[in-house]
Amino acid sequence: MRTLRAFLAFAYDFVVGDDPTAAAGIAIALALTATLTATTGIPVWWLMPLALLAILTWSLHRAIRRSPR
Amino acid sequence: MTAAAFGVATVFLACAVEAVEALTIVLAVGTARGWRSTLQGVAAGLVVLAVVVAALGPALTVIPLGALRLVVGGLLLVFGLQWLRKAILRASGFTALRDEAAIYDREVLAARTAGSARRGFVADGYAFTLAFKGVLLEGLEVAFIVVTFGANQGSIPLAVIGAALAVLAVTVAGIAVRAPLARVPENTMKFAVGVMLCTFGTFWGAEGAGVHWPGEDAALLAVLAYVLAVSLLAVAALRRVRRRRAATTPWPVS
Repeated sequence: MRTLRAFLAFAYDFVVGDDPTAAAGIAIALALTATLTATTGIPVWWLMPLALLAILTWSLHRAIRRSPR
Repeated sequence: MTAAAFGVATVFLACAVEAVEALTIVLAVGTARGWRSTLQGVAAGLVVLAVVVAALGPALTVIPLGALRLVVGGLLLVFGLQWLRKAILRASGFTALRDEAAIYDREVLAARTAGSARRGFVADGYAFTLAFKGVLLEGLEVAFIVVTFGANQGSIPLAVIGAALAVLAVTVAGIAVRAPLARVPENTMKFAVGVMLCTFGTFWGAEGAGVHWPGEDAALLAVLAYVLAVSLLAVAALRRVRRRRAATTPWPVS
């Protein structure tokens, strides 16, 4: 049980890293892209680059807010 | 062709960065504890990584390309953002640059003071475990990058060659200088890898979600230019924030 818990913790840290909101943001952006493409047919190639900009900005903002002045 | 060349370059750079970090640990352990058990640990770590690539590689090629690109694109974006965020924070001075020489000294000190225990055919369990973990943990992310890039471009051997060349180059450099590779521009390489992983992640993730890029594969270059511009702007903006903070921080009173 302890080994399994340690493995899951390692897998989480390996995949998600130290900013879970960034990973969640990417998942949401990809899901939104897939949904819009499938349901509306509107060209949404611009959505992922915009999402990347927003997620990176948010992630950096969180990091510097936490850093000592 | 462009995507394949960028892919191999990304694998090479990512592998070189992680190999430099693993080399620091291996050199420190080998110097402090002796080479026999250390090299056994390195060999065991490389074998596990090879098994991971050999097992995951063919498994990924069975998945339909659309689904593969969606999942792999998402994961590459998650990894790429981690690399990029770290590199931007270091480049702007918010976090310290990685100092291989200082890490080497710390590892040597820790290795000299640790006890030793024989484990099976390994004379020094501490040296073996540290070298094994160093190679495995630094290499796992690269193994993932090798497998995903190889599977997406239909050529895992090409990605493996890129990774092997990077390990070879770093090993030869390490043997030549017999010291941690402190002068390698590690953060610049990390920045470049972060930009490339985010570029491929954005491109493949969107394609996997059903998007048709204007200009097809040529759009990869536009995405690369975009991610690079965003990242460089982020470094410039954070440097300005840091300067402003420094200017408004009062001098400490002694």
